[in-house]
Amino acid sequence: MKQYVIIGNGVAAVGCIEGIRCLDKKSKIMVISEENHPVYCRPLISYYLENKTDPERMNYRSSDFYEEMGCEVLYGKKALSINTDAHKVKLCDGTDLLYKSVCVATGSSPFVPPFPGLEMVKYKYNFMTLDDTFALEKAINKDSKVLIIGAGLIGLKCAEGLHGRVANIIVCDLADRVLSSILDTECAAMMQKHLEAYDIHFMLGDSVSHFENNTAIMKSGKTVDFDVLVLAVGVRANTTLIKDIGGDVNRGIIVNERMETSLKDIYAVGDCAEGDDISLGQKRVLALLPNAYMQGHTAGVNMAGGDEIFDKAIPMNSIGFFGLHAMTAGTYDGELYEEKTENTLKRLFTKNGKLKGFILIGENERAGIYTSLIREQTPLDTIDFELMKKVATSVAFSPENRRKKFGGVV
Amino acid sequence: MKRVYVNEEWCLGCHLCEYNCAFANSGMADMATALKGKPIYPRIHIEGNDKISYAVSCRHCTDPICIKSCIAGAISKTDGVVHIDRNKCVGCLTCVLVCPYGSLSPDENGVMQKCELCLQNTCGEPACVKGCPNRAIVYEERGENE
Repeated sequence: MKQYVIIGNGVAAVGCIEGIRCLDKKSKIMVISEENHPVYCRPLISYYLENKTDPERMNYRSSDFYEEMGCEVLYGKKALSINTDAHKVKLCDGTDLLYKSVCVATGSSPFVPPFPGLEMVKYKYNFMTLDDTFALEKAINKDSKVLIIGAGLIGLKCAEGLHGRVANIIVCDLADRVLSSILDTECAAMMQKHLEAYDIHFMLGDSVSHFENNTAIMKSGKTVDFDVLVLAVGVRANTTLIKDIGGDVNRGIIVNERMETSLKDIYAVGDCAEGDDISLGQKRVLALLPNAYMQGHTAGVNMAGGDEIFDKAIPMNSIGFFGLHAMTAGTYDGELYEEKTENTLKRLFTKNGKLKGFILIGENERAGIYTSLIREQTPLDTIDFELMKKVATSVAFSPENRRKKFGGVV
Repeated sequence: MKRVYVNEEWCLGCHLCEYNCAFANSGMADMATALKGKPIYPRIHIEGNDKISYAVSCRHCTDPICIKSCIAGAISKTDGVVHIDRNKCVGCLTCVLVCPYGSLSPDENGVMQKCELCLQNTCGEPACVKGCPNRAIVYEERGENE
């Protein structure tokens, strides 16, 4: 009997399930879910804290999804190992699952540096999962002083979510700016200023040396008293299953454009995988939801005997705080085109006649047209780039191209 | 399936489609009450320059990147129509970041909206097409895959 096994139950797993079902409507799909929840929208946990959504609406798919898709989900189970000779996945409860092909969609885990004294901190939380969020919510009250370690996407969305529900929020980061993985110094300063206007306090270029109960002693010598600690330093791809059996692993599990690992019949997708970033021309872990779904879908189609490649992966983020949105995509390499006002900023980066990346703050109308230029690697001499760089508009494409886009002319 | 298509050489740039769209989706019975003196948030918009103009709305793509990218699982496709569950949308704008046509935009509350062909509102067929004075937008079958 043909059976697919998917290790993980996040968005990448859903992509894989839906990819498989494009071609194979029958064979059984076993889904191994460490968390005791049906697939939900992880990036929405901060919106939950803000009361902008609730667990019901956070479900990524409808309640009959797994049944409709012919999946059996094993909740609260963890995969311990993969036996490639026997084509089996061993679970934590000792059972073995036979597979025809297996997809590793194990995601990432919070990276927690070994801060001396951390064990003395009673109320400390990660901010990755729904259960983390419930636990954090239980620990806070309107008088709480919260220290968040990490001014990246996770730490800052947590800060936004907690705003108005606690007394004080301080965010520290070793980096000298906020959102250092996606913003340069000037853009980061704009976002920081906006966040500070909402009483989010920062200690940048500083990190915790050690903890003494509910006090953080910083490297700078400053001290921070807090009630609740959030650890949002960073994440690491969960690669162990593949590393243990000798598959190629760098920061993530190395995959090709078909999402195949170096091991036969084993695929890897989502935050645990390291595939091509076409804007960089190198492999890179792209821990982003759209990427997770698209990789998952590609793996699923191929597992079911199809032939799909995913060769358009780029970093891309849309992240807003208190009404100010930053959109970023690609790599910030090459010639810079810039427009600035007091509240908006646009930076486009071009190299070798192609758009390589952008940062847009405040103004983002039709930004997807820019994103598509990066993903499609459109030669800029085929469009009116002088117009396009000022306004993202399809007017800048050739009439033939527009007829294809809006006239259904193939 | 039937889709809304553009004949850009016939578009006058009159913006009537934008008003008809905003009205059809307002849920109100009278156009003046619905729109007069208010900023409008249509799901179709005119783009152009001094030579050409044309209306842009959701293409209901064969392989919609908005669905794959939505962090709230709020966008789906049924019978060829790409639909957004505005109750699930959190306004993150990821769909704006990825739509290659610029077809999604926020309403006055920051909740995303898009053309759903007026199939669920009282118009029952695309109001933009129905009201276009020059047949510059049409609703027809042109042989694209669903």
